Amino acid sequence: MTSRLGVVAGVAGLIVIALAGAAAPWLAPAGPYTPDLGARLGAPGGAHLFGQDTLGRDVLARVLYGTRISLGVATAAVGLSLAAGTVLGCVAGYAGGWVDEALTRVIDVLLAFPGLLLAIALAAVRGPSLPNVVLALSVLGWTGYARLARAAVMSLREREFVAAARALGARPVRIVSRHLLPLAGPVLLVQATFGMAGAMVAEGSLSFLGVGAPPPLPSWGAMIDEGRPFLLVAPHLVVFPGLALALAVLALQLLGDGLRDLLDVRLDGAGRMTPS
Amino acid sequence: MGTLPGRRLVLLLPTVLGVVTLVFAFLHLLPGDPVEIMLGDWAAPADAVALRRDLGLDRPLAAQYVRFVGHAARGDFGQSIAFRAPVARVIADRYPATVELAIAALLLAVGGAVPLGVLAAVWRGRALDRIVRLASLAGVCLPSFWLGPVLMFAFAMRLDWLPVSGRGGLAHLVLPAATLALGMGGILVRLTRASVLAALGEDYVRTARAKGAPRWRAVGVHALRNALVPVVTVLGLQAGALLAGAVITETIFAWPGIGRLVVQAIQARDYPLVQGCVLVIGVTYVAINTAADVLVRAIDPRLAEPA
Repeated sequence: MTSRLGVVAGVAGLIVIALAGAAAPWLAPAGPYTPDLGARLGAPGGAHLFGQDTLGRDVLARVLYGTRISLGVATAAVGLSLAAGTVLGCVAGYAGGWVDEALTRVIDVLLAFPGLLLAIALAAVRGPSLPNVVLALSVLGWTGYARLARAAVMSLREREFVAAARALGARPVRIVSRHLLPLAGPVLLVQATFGMAGAMVAEGSLSFLGVGAPPPLPSWGAMIDEGRPFLLVAPHLVVFPGLALALAVLALQLLGDGLRDLLDVRLDGAGRMTPS
Repeated sequence: MGTLPGRRLVLLLPTVLGVVTLVFAFLHLLPGDPVEIMLGDWAAPADAVALRRDLGLDRPLAAQYVRFVGHAARGDFGQSIAFRAPVARVIADRYPATVELAIAALLLAVGGAVPLGVLAAVWRGRALDRIVRLASLAGVCLPSFWLGPVLMFAFAMRLDWLPVSGRGGLAHLVLPAATLALGMGGILVRLTRASVLAALGEDYVRTARAKGAPRWRAVGVHALRNALVPVVTVLGLQAGALLAGAVITETIFAWPGIGRLVVQAIQARDYPLVQGCVLVIGVTYVAINTAADVLVRAIDPRLAEPA
């Protein structure tokens, strides 16, 4: 009962957040880049519900446009990781032998680093840009999906329905994609939901450290970093982008928890990419 | 049992070698010439030649690799460009601060999360359980790069109870450790609660109660010991998150540890130092996870038997 409630609340939250991002031009017509140097660090209220930042830009507009960056980067990173991880995991799980051995070794080494550290190093080397953030998050994000897909394929490979499909002349690609992968779907879906939350926090962390979204892009992490020196005089610069991120993560967390219970999925180990 | 840690150590070697290889590859992933990037456009040609020789970049790739692995095995990570000192010494100066912070955060997180998780499980559905579950969800959802500044604002700037930043006495440790611990604690509370709940439904708990063990003993000894297995496993994984989280927390609170060092090294394009930091953090992480693995098998002897 409560898990269904969690799924509904999570989906509703995500829809609201996505709509807020989509409707940003109408909700905040000032736009995220229009400076108003006469009203720097303006307090919340009146025409600027969330106040104004160091350059007098509308914080509400920046938070709303930030939704696009956060959701966009997370969707791209999780999509890439999921696709690459699933394909590699299936190949390793089905082929077995040295292919499997090699992939497992690579995953072990990648998992030997705290995920965020590797992302920081990669993003720093390639320079701050959104595509580089997506790349950095994907390079280490795929391992979780690969492990789950591999485990699912391996556990199902010797089952009778697979032997039957093989006897009917189905080739490996068909067996994996039509018969094995659908059964791994729920596990991968739950992992991807938590992965989205992790990717949003990771994007914020990278931007906070100055190796993510380049200025003047309104990334929530970057906004928090910009607002830090003015904490005492203008706490709204830090509070609002943080609340937006926390709400988005909360929605995904509720959705993930609910889906996990509803679909009766067990994940091995903790979800990766949760830096905090 | 006695040989198990030894066997785990042997299994560790390929992973550590992989970590070293990845860190070696890092310098070659740079777009363009690493020497040019590190020294900038205005470097004297003689300096560029010297740095190239220092880094061994004038040799064939295979020779560079062998040299890098050999030096790393002896704890020699080259010279830091920004600090004009051996990378190993720069890291050794900062490492204790990070360990101090990590241990404080770990104690805080475990000390808070495990009792709360147990109580929430025992009093399932009551007010305390609800509060604990809500608080743990908040701990999971609030990113540290937001929590840190907010805690700093509240307790250091407004209330003036604690120092704003830097490393010093115990008071300096509170805010950064709490920032790190809250996120980790949220995960641990949820996990402890779930696994104690599962253990409470087991036959051995009922048996213990039937044989006259008081309730606290059935929960605290019989259920908790089994419930701790997943908690310790995740604790090992979370230790890595702690090291990575230290990058953010140390930056916020100007804590002179290895996390802040890595950010400074990246900003200064001091790539030998970046390599050294990443390598040390990676090896520390592997070591902690191995320790967690050994600990889990000590708690649950069933896992110690070879599969």
